[in-house]
Amino acid sequence: MFPWNKDRILTWILGSLSLISGILVIFIGAFLLIESLPAIRSIGLLELVAGQSWHPAAQAVDGHFYLVPILVGTAVTALGAILIATPLGICSAAYLQFYASPRFACWFRMLIELMAGIPSVVYGLWGLVSLVPLVAKIYPPGQSVLTGVVILSLMILPTVTLLADAALGAVPRDYLRGAAALGLSRSSILLNVALPAARSGLVAAVILALVRALGETMAVVMVCGNVVRFPHSLFNPVRTLTATIALEMGYARNDHRSVLFLCGTILLMFVAALIAIAELTSRRKLHGST
Amino acid sequence: MSTGIYQQMMVNRNRTFGILGVCLMLICGCHQGEGSGSPDKTQQVRVTITGASTIAPLMSEIAKRFEKQNPGARIDVQTGGSSRGVGDARSGLADVGMVSRDLKSDEADLKVFLLARDGVCLIVHADNPVKSLTVEQIVGIYTGKFRNWSEVGGRDAVITVVNKAEGRSTLEVFCQHFKLKSADIRADVMIGDNEQGVKTVAGNSDAIGYVSIGTAEFDRESGIPIRLLPLEGIEASVKNVSNGTFPMSRTLNLVTKTFPTGTVKRVVEFATSSQVHDLVRELSFVPVE
Repeated sequence: MFPWNKDRILTWILGSLSLISGILVIFIGAFLLIESLPAIRSIGLLELVAGQSWHPAAQAVDGHFYLVPILVGTAVTALGAILIATPLGICSAAYLQFYASPRFACWFRMLIELMAGIPSVVYGLWGLVSLVPLVAKIYPPGQSVLTGVVILSLMILPTVTLLADAALGAVPRDYLRGAAALGLSRSSILLNVALPAARSGLVAAVILALVRALGETMAVVMVCGNVVRFPHSLFNPVRTLTATIALEMGYARNDHRSVLFLCGTILLMFVAALIAIAELTSRRKLHGST
Repeated sequence: MSTGIYQQMMVNRNRTFGILGVCLMLICGCHQGEGSGSPDKTQQVRVTITGASTIAPLMSEIAKRFEKQNPGARIDVQTGGSSRGVGDARSGLADVGMVSRDLKSDEADLKVFLLARDGVCLIVHADNPVKSLTVEQIVGIYTGKFRNWSEVGGRDAVITVVNKAEGRSTLEVFCQHFKLKSADIRADVMIGDNEQGVKTVAGNSDAIGYVSIGTAEFDRESGIPIRLLPLEGIEASVKNVSNGTFPMSRTLNLVTKTFPTGTVKRVVEFATSSQVHDLVRELSFVPVE
């Protein structure tokens, strides 16, 4: 009888439910920030960026909290993984959209989706028992930047591939038909029309994959070696932010615990910045592509 | 027909009221039990246990089992280190303290109950020809003095030193036994739990690591290619930890101020009984026979 009434009820229900999810994220962010404040206060930013080493202790004065090697380790592994996964992912997406037979594309997509569904601990275990001994043959100990980068790139490859595939699939068919009507070859359409038109979607794919690489924990703990030192080569071990939290959380107290929350806050800030970049590039597409 | 349904409804209604009433009584009853603090039989008994973070996970599991068997008992396990365990037990802040070392001579006023033993041993890959290492060799390997197995009687291969992450109790035992500071250790790989240590060494024939003896022995029995190195001529085995002869081990103790009575006594007796040996083993400690 009063359709607006139903609408209003639905608005309330949907609105409050989505509000809950939004507020939860803000709560988690605020919680991380509050928990990491004691670390900043008692350890001090100077120790964190220019300290001696990473030997945390429950009381700030007893330990050393040099965080920079861990930040570098996080950046190196995530960027390395992106460097491998981006060309592989975008190329296979382009192949799926422009060259592969529909039957093959269907199978290939299912395979990639399956790859995305493999739990990270399985990747880690595989890395530890197969890849690490292989790398150790070239240069011991095997747990290294290289192993971490390879495992991470495998884990984010499905994200890049599936999102790039979707981005290329979303290029308006008119563009492609128009280009074909002009007599352009298929390779020319792909390189000069489809890829530029899908650019913002491809950037978003890469950034979301980067976010996943930054946040990956279990597999990284198993294959990266976790020694807090600047890596001098691909065969040196590294420690990431997530690995630090996972390895030390169970035993950390007071200032040590707080500095682990700081690691979480830094990670959250990285991710927030990346998501903002992804959002901005996709917005530019809406207003700028004509 | 219709009367039947009506009667049915009445019965249902009565039942509903009945259930509601029981619920109400329960709520009131619970409230009274908690709030009034009268020496009621159903009143909750709270036992507070504080101390070593090594023992806390084991004690929490034991507490869970005790609470299940003794409804009404509530055991509160808090960490804060062995010295807090001693201090709290002495001051009465806690009923029981957890201490992950032998008691010092000035702590003889406390009553001690041996809960379990914890042994740590060095492990290498089963293919490694090195059968034993001296204390100097082990210290040398872990501080970076020896980088190649040939320097300690093995084949020509770079040693992969596997160390535990900061804060792990095995690291503590290891450092204490070899009088090392964790900052002096030069590691190639840092690991979290014992299983990861075993897998790392099993996957690298030139690695050396140290893990809880319980885990190492269990994994070797299940066919994982690792060797437990003897220490000071004593074989690394659960048996030798259990009888106290293995040098790199420590005792996990519960302490109380006076001889415990009532529920505290039952908790201590339960925790040191064979009823919890499976939990002790699960957390890779060694039960006391």
